[in-house]
Amino acid sequence: MITLDGVEKSYDGRRVFGPVSLEVADGARVAVVGPSGCGKSTLLRMVVGLVRPDAGRVLVAGEPLTDANKRALRRRIGYVVQDGGLFPHLTAERNVTLVARHLGWSEERMRARVAELSAMAGLDGPALARWPAQLSGGQRQRVGVMRALMLDPAVLLLDEPLGALDPVIRRKLQRELSALFRSLGKTVLLVTHDVAEAAYLADDAVVMRAGRVVQRGTIEAMTRAPADEQVSELLASRAP
Amino acid sequence: MKRLALACLGATVLLAGGRADAREHVVVGSKAFPESWVLGEALATLAAASGAESEHRANLGGTEIVAEALRAGAIDAYPEYTGTLREVVLHAPAATLGEMRARLARDGLGVTDSLGFDDSYALAAAGPVAERDGLRSISDAARHRELRAAFTHEFLGRADGWPGLRARYGLELAEVRGAQHQLALDAVAGGSADLVDVYTTDPEIDRLALRVLDDDRGFFPRYEAVVVYRLDLGARAPGALAAMQRLVGRVDRAQMARANAAVSLEHASTRDAAGRLLREALGADAPAPQASSAPSAAVVTALVRHVELVALSLAAAILLGVPLGILSARRRRTGALVLGGTGVVQTVPSLALLALMIPLLGIGVVPAVVALFLYGLLPIVQGTFTGLTTIPAALAESAEALGLTPGAKLLRVELPLASPSILAGVRTSAVIGVGTATIAALVGAGGLGDPILQGIALRSTPLILSGAVPAALLALVVQGGFALLERALVPRGLRLRTHAE
Repeated sequence: MITLDGVEKSYDGRRVFGPVSLEVADGARVAVVGPSGCGKSTLLRMVVGLVRPDAGRVLVAGEPLTDANKRALRRRIGYVVQDGGLFPHLTAERNVTLVARHLGWSEERMRARVAELSAMAGLDGPALARWPAQLSGGQRQRVGVMRALMLDPAVLLLDEPLGALDPVIRRKLQRELSALFRSLGKTVLLVTHDVAEAAYLADDAVVMRAGRVVQRGTIEAMTRAPADEQVSELLASRAP
Repeated sequence: MKRLALACLGATVLLAGGRADAREHVVVGSKAFPESWVLGEALATLAAASGAESEHRANLGGTEIVAEALRAGAIDAYPEYTGTLREVVLHAPAATLGEMRARLARDGLGVTDSLGFDDSYALAAAGPVAERDGLRSISDAARHRELRAAFTHEFLGRADGWPGLRARYGLELAEVRGAQHQLALDAVAGGSADLVDVYTTDPEIDRLALRVLDDDRGFFPRYEAVVVYRLDLGARAPGALAAMQRLVGRVDRAQMARANAAVSLEHASTRDAAGRLLREALGADAPAPQASSAPSAAVVTALVRHVELVALSLAAAILLGVPLGILSARRRRTGALVLGGTGVVQTVPSLALLALMIPLLGIGVVPAVVALFLYGLLPIVQGTFTGLTTIPAALAESAEALGLTPGAKLLRVELPLASPSILAGVRTSAVIGVGTATIAALVGAGGLGDPILQGIALRSTPLILSGAVPAALLALVVQGGFALLERALVPRGLRLRTHAE
């Protein structure tokens, strides 16, 4: 479903990313973990085409992202960033329906889909009519997930989706997201600095360091047999 | 508004296409002071009496504007002075009338002989002082060193004013003060000064019973009143040209001073003063002025026109400024050029900008709107540019990652997010426009600048205020109106503070 093949990125002649090769199978849930600056967000941004690699190929559903197909491809990818990335000038509902409205969906169809999604994401009706600035952090994040799922994409990319939340709400949302992922059966690529979260939300994890993939496997398997000392330390940071 | 837009179109077509009417058509211009208004009105009256269709575009600002309008064919004739022709128009201080005529002919312009009076600097003494000391000429004054003078600052500074006069006559006075003209006249009338600089047709000479001292050594350059006109009038409107030339050699200093006094001191209309001047100068067969297009001080008319000028130029500035701002935000190198260019326009003085546009656009509403439009561009381009380039990166990326087309991204996300900044730019542009639109009067486009220009010409503070106060109030109204507009146009979500958890 998602393929990175020898992907590299340099800034000012210095290679900061790659070469990275990675396969994420259809319906797999993969977490990318690593310290900040390790390149895990860059990896996600390359998949959705916000960063263009200098070398190598990025394929989504077997297709490379080109200027011609990038918009069509992006509509098959849901992208969620920290704090939701909501547009402050649109209500929660308008944020969710933005692209559908542009694509000419009928009001009825949008209403039905929003109702479905708000039940799924646990967002109550009144919150949908509010502006992002009037929502709590948890609500904003739920709206962000709803917006990403609106067009029923095959792939969901999440960049530190729960990073801005306090621990209690964070744990609650982790449970909900986990259930959501299981019920939807979508391909999920998730970036987080929290190993526990990675273990909870994904079946499989990729450890990155200094722009490269260091190890891949389940958190359990990697904890048992870490590739090196630093991976061992990183995985040990997992809260009990 | 619609009428004005049509007028703009019409004016452009007229300028481009010329006039196809069989009837002679003459447009007379005049500068922004009463004597020019009266002479312009008198010329227009004479042309009309000859059967021509005539029009008086009164109160145009400054020699540059009027001379440029004449060259461009926006007007056909206007009253001028030989001294001004030498100094300002031809830059040939020593030219004779014949030489000036030859130089002007190269531009297709002609100049009449003197209308009969000259309007130059002169020295005037308080009546009682002149009586007491037997002052008839400047040489007489030079023998009375105890005399006290109150001169305008301009007279004190000009080479053809006090410094040159003093050297020519060996004039040493007990006291020489610089003062605003009206205050200097008051000082002479009140006995605290003895000498004052005046124009020879100054209406105050008669009112205050001043004695104009004879320039017996011929120091002051002559400012003979003449009419400058387009030579093509000879073929296009020979009857009107001949009629206007009837004034040559017929107006004397006293008649002109009385006409000036009528307008400046007695608040007579320009039309009535011109009628009286024509009767005095030409006798029984003088034509009477008809409906006049001479300056009117109707503030409501001026205010309406002012609003029209600002609205029209602002609309154009928005229509071009926002796309230019978008372009600048997209292509930074082009943007630097656009922002630099619109910035440079701001630094061009309004008089120069207007003078530059007259050859292309003539006079009236069109060049005024174009000038205001150019001055209004920068804040709007800047506001749009700033609004678009300061959108948080996370939001810009979210919009991109959603797979919106560039157009949809711009309309549904970027412009709404930039709207507070764009609107602030438009507001700045509108408020500046209200102030700047007073320059429209310089090219005969009307607006609140008209009463201000006339008030300055008539030294009438109430008249100046009748233009300046509505302009200031209008600026406040615009400011307030935009605050309301902001509530209506800026999405509510952008005016909320982020929820604190």
